[in-house]
Amino acid sequence: MRELLPVVIDGAIYASWLFVVAIGLTLIYGVMKILNMAHGSLYALGAYAAASLGGAWFAGGHSPYASYAILVLAALIVGLIAGPLLERGLLRFMYGKDEIVLLLVTYAVFLILEDVIKLIWGVDPYFIAQPYGMLGNLDFAGLTYPVYSFVLIAVAIFIGIGIAWVLQRTRPGKLLLVVIHDREVSLAMGINVSLFYLTTFTAGAMLAAIGGALTAPTVSVVPGMGVEVIVLAFAVVVIGGLGSLPGAALGALIVGLVRSAAVHYLPQVELFSIYLVMALVLILRPKGLFAGFEARKI
Amino acid sequence: MNPRDRTLVTLVAALVVLLAVGALLPPWQFLATVALAKGCAVLGLMLLLRTGLVSFGQGLYFCLGAYSAGGLGQFLGVTDALVLLAAGCLVAAVVAVVLGFLLANYRNIFFAMLSLALSMILYGLLVKSQALGSTDGFNVAPPTLAGWALSGHDGRFFLYALACVVAFAGALTLDRYFKTPLGRLAAAIRDNELRVEYMGASVRQAIHVKYVIACALAGLGGALTGLTVGHIDPEMAYWTTSGEFVFVAILAGTGSVAAPFLGSVLFEIVRSVAYQHSPNTWQLALGTAMLLVIMFLPRGLWSIFATRGKVA
Amino acid sequence: MAPILEARALSKRFGAVVAAANINAAIEDDSVVGLIGANGAGKTTFVNMITGYLKPDFGTVAFEGRDITALLPREVTRIGICRSFQIPQLYDSLTVRENLGIALGIVLRNSRTFAWARLPKRVPGHAGTLPEAAATMLERFGLTDHGDRLAGVLPEGIRKLLDIAMALVVKPKMLLLDEPTSGISSDEKFDIMDRVMNAVRADGVTVLFIEHDMDIVSRYAQRVMAFYEGRILADGVAATVLADEEVRRYVIGGPQVRLAEEAGNANA
Repeated sequence: MRELLPVVIDGAIYASWLFVVAIGLTLIYGVMKILNMAHGSLYALGAYAAASLGGAWFAGGHSPYASYAILVLAALIVGLIAGPLLERGLLRFMYGKDEIVLLLVTYAVFLILEDVIKLIWGVDPYFIAQPYGMLGNLDFAGLTYPVYSFVLIAVAIFIGIGIAWVLQRTRPGKLLLVVIHDREVSLAMGINVSLFYLTTFTAGAMLAAIGGALTAPTVSVVPGMGVEVIVLAFAVVVIGGLGSLPGAALGALIVGLVRSAAVHYLPQVELFSIYLVMALVLILRPKGLFAGFEARKI
Repeated sequence: MNPRDRTLVTLVAALVVLLAVGALLPPWQFLATVALAKGCAVLGLMLLLRTGLVSFGQGLYFCLGAYSAGGLGQFLGVTDALVLLAAGCLVAAVVAVVLGFLLANYRNIFFAMLSLALSMILYGLLVKSQALGSTDGFNVAPPTLAGWALSGHDGRFFLYALACVVAFAGALTLDRYFKTPLGRLAAAIRDNELRVEYMGASVRQAIHVKYVIACALAGLGGALTGLTVGHIDPEMAYWTTSGEFVFVAILAGTGSVAAPFLGSVLFEIVRSVAYQHSPNTWQLALGTAMLLVIMFLPRGLWSIFATRGKVA
Repeated sequence: MAPILEARALSKRFGAVVAAANINAAIEDDSVVGLIGANGAGKTTFVNMITGYLKPDFGTVAFEGRDITALLPREVTRIGICRSFQIPQLYDSLTVRENLGIALGIVLRNSRTFAWARLPKRVPGHAGTLPEAAATMLERFGLTDHGDRLAGVLPEGIRKLLDIAMALVVKPKMLLLDEPTSGISSDEKFDIMDRVMNAVRADGVTVLFIEHDMDIVSRYAQRVMAFYEGRILADGVAATVLADEEVRRYVIGGPQVRLAEEAGNANA
């Protein structure tokens, strides 16, 4: 019992991070049926942008507490540039192709973005640790946690509730649910589907970048940092059910807790426990825990 | 005219050319051996692609094959290249038979994702296995062939020649396979599974068999890579390794059994040149090339050489 | 004569929709039966339940006295029931000849007694080797000129013919055709049905066909089963069923007649 609480807290922290990182992926898949392999690269772009902009902010001697806003701003800028560029410039020519072809297209984008990052920022690591250290630590149940981790939990909850609110309470959100349900009918009803696609992809890119920007203070920002994030995010959304928002939350929670339990009790299995869970869910419920339905074929 | 004869002639010619180039140009041998080894894995992937399946987890079998061969040498002192290659191939095939029961139920991105998850499980296991050198992996003892050491000037050529023969045999076998009724089912399954079932064939069973063949080839390629490079590590099971196979397979196209090897050799040349001259932009070039192929040459680079009708 | 196919108490629901409500039917060997009914009346569901695509909620299907309710489509095919589809199910990226070649290849493979046996040279049930058998099939269906064209780009009528030819490659004892003439211009309909019926009747194959065109039904069907809301409204000799008052009102007249009827009742 003594160890249970830290397992849960660590799990919740990790789950929050996973949720922020994965939510954009499932959103894009849900609306556009694109499993975006470049998601991890957008995450890395967000981290780099945050490190650069944040670094400049601190170098300029501005208020350190505004740096959190700078991190988010950096992510929003990345999303606003990369999202429309990829959707308008490339993906819109691919709609209607097989999901697997779209997967390969985004894999190519992943390869490209990995080098774009190196071209812009070089291969040396960046650090932006101030926002992490500034908040200090918190003693909780006899253990010490960085306050920043709890900020992450709050952000995850905020984003989750925010997206749910947009989808269920606002008119564009409700229309988006219609687009998700049936693209053809939406087109026939005069809904501007291509605008929704653009918005969704940009929002998804922003969310990935926010994930990266908020992670930047806790790690060294290096090339290739998005490579593992891709598969982790895949694991989360596949477990929850591709395209399902509550599924992503549940998936993040499951992966977070499993990993944290593994780290505490059985460190040897840490890494593969996540993929084991992913494989098990795929085996037992092939379409994930929150699965959709299929139409009649003949 | 009979297209079967043309394939055989092409492959024999390619084998002769490869052996001659290797004999005249020793520096070429290492790169080409690795390329041919990876080409085996891509060849297997091509079989899956023709069936309409994309596996983002062939690294699992590539790595299994390498670790089986390397492990036999490391722990049991077996060094005979043929035995090691057979072992890599066999272990991969056995694992694929088991996992195939599962994967044969999946299609599309679910097949891609589950295969990826399975390969990442192996990666996670190996990274934490002290006995197998965790992230560093371990060195593979220099192989022998019928008692001869496959190292030194002549030995390396023989290893290269062995790779050429293995690739040749793999390509020829798969070409023959594509001409059997079961092999022909690949395109049929890709186009319309429902019709295949209503003709009285089992789609699951056909996919299972193709999966095992593809994975055995990946295992063979992995073992060969291990013997050639002399070192193996868990990175072989990481998803980026599998992604590289997918990349080469898409780029080369599924038009001919020679395409995966041609693609693989091209890829290794481009990589080694690009690594030296512009290490930070070569992935960018690869990604761009892949986009162009997907958009303008959906049948891959091979379709430039070949016309329709050769597709099995 | 004992029936070749017997459906007993077949029932199937999709949510609130009753697609089959206690269907009982016995099909005589060597007969030609037309299935009629409005869209959603349960004709395709009936065919899908016979061929193993759908499992009924209740009831059984027996073929030649054997219960086949639980069989999969491929198993149903292997015991001699084949079908065509409303939307032709072809290998679109392959040529017509390759489509038939693959079908013949499956027959060849299934004819082996054990998995590693050598394939026979001749395709069972066909004259000659695989390419010869494919050529014969092309000829019989008048598809020879289209042999080397991709199935995906053919006109609908040719696709329908190929779809039916594929079903006949297996040499079935019973053939189910799902709207063989839908999407085909009216002047081609009889030509296509003639080709199909000639190919089929020579072998004494039992035929069940779903059809909306009553001219086709009355010309080819010996017996007609009229479906309405998941039930069989009438079943018997073609001319009798087609003349039946209820059938004329609910099935042949279609929704217009029914709506007019209801409107009349409301006014009264």
